[in-house]
Amino acid sequence: MSVNRDQRVDLEVVANLIPPQSRVLDVGSGDGSLLELLQDTKQVDGRGLELSQRGVNECVARGLSVIQGDADKDLEFYPDKGFDFVVLSQTLQATRNPKLVLDELLRIGNRAIVSFPNFGHWRVRLSLLLNGRMPVTKDLPYSWYDTPNIHFCTIRDFVNLCDELGATVEKATALDANGQKIGLSMPWWFWNFFGQQAVFLLRR
Amino acid sequence: MAALRAGKTNNEADQPSSPVLRFGPDKPLKLDAGTLLSPFQIAYQTYGTLNDARSNAILVCHALTGDQHVANTNPVTGKPGWWEVLVGPGKIIDTNRFFVICSNVIGGCLGSTGPASTNPATGKPYGLDLPIITIRDMVRAQQMLIDHFGIEKLFCVLGGSMGGMQVLQWASSYPERVFSALPIATGARHSSQNIAFHEVGRQAVMADPDWHGGKYFDYDKRPEKGLAVARMAAHITYLSEAALHRKFGRNLQDREALTFGFDADFQIESYLRHQGMTFVDRFDANSYLYMTRSMDYFDLAADHGGRLADAFAGTKTRFCLVSFTSDWLFPTEESRSIVHALNAAGASVSFVEIETDRGHDAFLLDEPELFAAINGFIGSAARARGLAS
Repeated sequence: MSVNRDQRVDLEVVANLIPPQSRVLDVGSGDGSLLELLQDTKQVDGRGLELSQRGVNECVARGLSVIQGDADKDLEFYPDKGFDFVVLSQTLQATRNPKLVLDELLRIGNRAIVSFPNFGHWRVRLSLLLNGRMPVTKDLPYSWYDTPNIHFCTIRDFVNLCDELGATVEKATALDANGQKIGLSMPWWFWNFFGQQAVFLLRR
Repeated sequence: MAALRAGKTNNEADQPSSPVLRFGPDKPLKLDAGTLLSPFQIAYQTYGTLNDARSNAILVCHALTGDQHVANTNPVTGKPGWWEVLVGPGKIIDTNRFFVICSNVIGGCLGSTGPASTNPATGKPYGLDLPIITIRDMVRAQQMLIDHFGIEKLFCVLGGSMGGMQVLQWASSYPERVFSALPIATGARHSSQNIAFHEVGRQAVMADPDWHGGKYFDYDKRPEKGLAVARMAAHITYLSEAALHRKFGRNLQDREALTFGFDADFQIESYLRHQGMTFVDRFDANSYLYMTRSMDYFDLAADHGGRLADAFAGTKTRFCLVSFTSDWLFPTEESRSIVHALNAAGASVSFVEIETDRGHDAFLLDEPELFAAINGFIGSAARARGLAS
């Protein structure tokens, strides 16, 4: 778990992107909230990969198909296009090699769904500008020295990475501080400034 | 205590105090050794009731020195069944809900054909005349038992250690007959270190003059000393350094000071001697050789061109693997390599590593986290199988 759990407004946005009965791999499945939501509302064939053993054991005790593993190391064991959707929810920024991980997601899934906190949000920019210190907000509650989030990016950074990897953005959603979707007609710079979280649907 | 001593050895082996299924010359057991075993028999126990759809059957596979008496008083030792903490009415493997089957493995000594069983060709126990038995042979025999019950697909196959090997073999050999598989504290092959431990045990048995080249029954003897030493050495591997130290430390046994001799000064020595002594009362020495060999020979990947994922290609079975942090016989990495293979095969798999200092034997103990994992896995599999709770 790499962001404040109460703030997982992105889960429903992610769930809405997934049609019923899909085969889904949730990378960084945490306590299994998303998998459970998807199983209950979409009857998906869901699997999870989670770093923390405690999270895994809780998931399995709740009847979810989850294994302990590391997104940086263990994705290579999954076959090409083994899933309809591979979800990386609020985990990208905690991986050691986000580019490689994203590449793997696009290999394993027909579609990849990636959600992440936007480091380009105005609150983050303002905090750094005014305080001159690494921002600590209620969504990103860690100090620089103890944060699991080692690779923050902005929405624009992410779009660039997608280009580099030859991934097509099929759909993108930005959520503002209240968890509300930002209008589709808005330009990237607006999203990058006011979007607190972003959810991307990708394919290659 | 002496139920299995010399004269009575053959009783449980030939006429077990549990149901037994006998296969005549028309139904031989094909062995990996290249021969047919016939006639042969399988001793088993069942608990609960098979439902009309025959969809609620759970097969429990026992470990190296286990038996079919998973949830009833053991007829030889008088002790509770070896997995009564888990299996029984209202337990996690609820016999009010599931039809639970457990059979003594081929090569065992509690009623399924093994080295202590009477060889019909000689009228004496098989001894070493029994061909080497493999895990796959055991599973092939179990499959014939399942046929006998008219069960097309088992709801779940579960077991720990050597039982876990059987679970993996079941899922690989008969994937269409296994809805869910729960291998615990096991591996897809026996490691070099594990073969080494087993070899020490076998050599201890064979070094006992009472073994007589496996024909001790001809001399009305049993290689009790050798088998006891084998058990003592093996028992250490079932525990962990931390658990041993927690339980025994350097505590002295019924004495105030060291005796400057070779008595069991330390509690751990006394404990191991006791383990060795009680074991020989319930287990046949030749059977111990066969059981250990079956595990040594197990290598599921080797049967599939060295690629473990191919052992599970296209599987629809739901898997849940469990390992224990302090298990040095089957460390977590063994389970993890199976998980990776199952991932590569696109299988549905859960994997739980449980933090405990109780070592390999943790799977037999009251481990709440183990039970929570089994409960969650069985529960969700039962919903998927359409079994009402």
